Amino acid sequence: MSDLVVRAEGLRKRFGKTQALDGVDLAMRRGTVLGVLGPNGAGKTTAVRVLATLLRPDEGHAEVAGIDVLKEPQRVRRRIGLTGQYASVDEDLTGTQNLVLIGLLLDLTNKDARKRAAELLEWFDLAEAADRPAKTYSGGMRRRLDLAASLVGHPEVIFLDEPTTGLDPAKREDMWGVVRTQVTQGASVLLTTQYLDEADALADEIVVINKGRVIAHDTPEGLKRRVGGLTLKVRPADPARVPDALAVLDAVAAPGTNASADAAAGARPGAVSVPVSGDSALDEALPALRRAGIEVVDLGLHLPSLDEVFHALTRDQADSAAAKEAELV
Amino acid sequence: MTTLDVPVRNIVGDIDKPRGGSLAALARHSVALARRSLIKTIRTPEALIDVTLQPVIFLLLFTYLLGGAISGGDRHAYLQFLLPGMLAQSLAMGGIALGQNLNADIEKGVFDRFRSLPVARSAPLVGAVAADVVRYLTVCLVMLGFGTIMGFRVETGFVPAVAAVALSIGFGLCFCWISVWVGMLVRTSGAVQGVMFLLVFPLSFGSNVFVQTDTLPGWLQGFVHVNPITPLVGTIRGLLVGGPVAGHLFWTLVWMAGLLVVFVPLALRAYARRA
Repeated sequence: MSDLVVRAEGLRKRFGKTQALDGVDLAMRRGTVLGVLGPNGAGKTTAVRVLATLLRPDEGHAEVAGIDVLKEPQRVRRRIGLTGQYASVDEDLTGTQNLVLIGLLLDLTNKDARKRAAELLEWFDLAEAADRPAKTYSGGMRRRLDLAASLVGHPEVIFLDEPTTGLDPAKREDMWGVVRTQVTQGASVLLTTQYLDEADALADEIVVINKGRVIAHDTPEGLKRRVGGLTLKVRPADPARVPDALAVLDAVAAPGTNASADAAAGARPGAVSVPVSGDSALDEALPALRRAGIEVVDLGLHLPSLDEVFHALTRDQADSAAAKEAELV
Repeated sequence: MTTLDVPVRNIVGDIDKPRGGSLAALARHSVALARRSLIKTIRTPEALIDVTLQPVIFLLLFTYLLGGAISGGDRHAYLQFLLPGMLAQSLAMGGIALGQNLNADIEKGVFDRFRSLPVARSAPLVGAVAADVVRYLTVCLVMLGFGTIMGFRVETGFVPAVAAVALSIGFGLCFCWISVWVGMLVRTSGAVQGVMFLLVFPLSFGSNVFVQTDTLPGWLQGFVHVNPITPLVGTIRGLLVGGPVAGHLFWTLVWMAGLLVVFVPLALRAYARRA
């Protein structure tokens, strides 16, 4: 038995003039998290809808849990959980009623469906709100209920379409915890996101999609290597100490790079940035700064933004296309 | 959020077979989804205006404002004539809300969740239609109850009256599939209402609901005779205030079967395409 729990080849889907999927291949190993990263309109949601049996592709082949999604969608549906981009809980129903309904539709007995609903509400910190209509819930509570709804049937494969969009940072971390727990219990999770830090925090592998095509499939580390990796940013309390900070941070720079004072247009001056090869640089930089007597007001490791990832990846593609052409000549 | 363990998969038996076979599963899932619709109805009683207040206003309007003129002064006779017909009209109008609700559900993404679950394609629609029984029963009770206050009297007996109510509910359940189909086709729930009014108004006014058919010009009589509302009104009239029933009932049942045969598949196909 293959250890690929999601496998898609050559998925194409066109909506009117928009080619939403233009030959997408995906592969997710059992028991892992696959992050599908891309901007709005990249085709992430379309890909998830195809895999979750909601949409038939124009072309291509997809298997989930080893079952063909086009030929045997009902068997796939018994093995997946889906949380869509917009919380699709029923606002007039209470938390319990929402989850019991899902349980009954999954062929649990009435008793089991109630038990499972209570369990999940407890786990998602919604026990107190269990008997209130979902329209009285906050945005975060709705998201949690929506996520709980996708877990009612103990799915083998969980699809989460932008599960944290619009949530505050604390709630995002709660969600991340839920995803990690599911994986430790044997589920496989495919999640789409617009945030590189989210993919980095959760995913074993990352697929980057842009304009309906996969432009990279790599581990987070591999992806970071290709796009420039981590940056350590330090802001000395006294702007006059910037040159000293530069000297200190040069020592922790990734091979072949230097620290630089932030001079980018729009950036607030007085900060120093240095590309580093891992987060151990933080352990080295802190004592070094202290030894040099430089007081800092802000210090942190930053991943490249999604923009920078795309810029780097599309530059890669252009480069390799140019290289191929050169070879042909 | 606690770190309590989520219990592991505990489904017994063949995971690929619905419990008790696929027909039992369809019935069970439809009941679960019908219950969802009923909860929504109870939570938003104002959604029942079209089967409570609206038919009462129509009844008042036609009886007291127009009834005297239409019937040459005998308002009571007109009420006896009008109420069974108006019941049929209210049933046709009462189905419009269903298409609107289903359309809104699809737009909100609620149906995406249902469609990612191993339920029969038709279960969400069958469930929603089944829940509409409550609305049609409400229409019947409100019309008969308020009609009685206005002076309407059942002239046949209890059993025929119950039969009239049962037939009315049955007709409502068949007719509303048109609304379901339209709800799957058009983009917004407002458009569902627009399209359905275009259909229901000519059907309910171009019939024997308000006036005797023989007062109409010949071409209009032709329309009235092929209108599905006409035999329904004839049957309900017969069952409530007396008169021939069998012929009307036969054509009503033919129409009900015809509506199901045509519009259930259309609605299911449109639903499969829509989402």
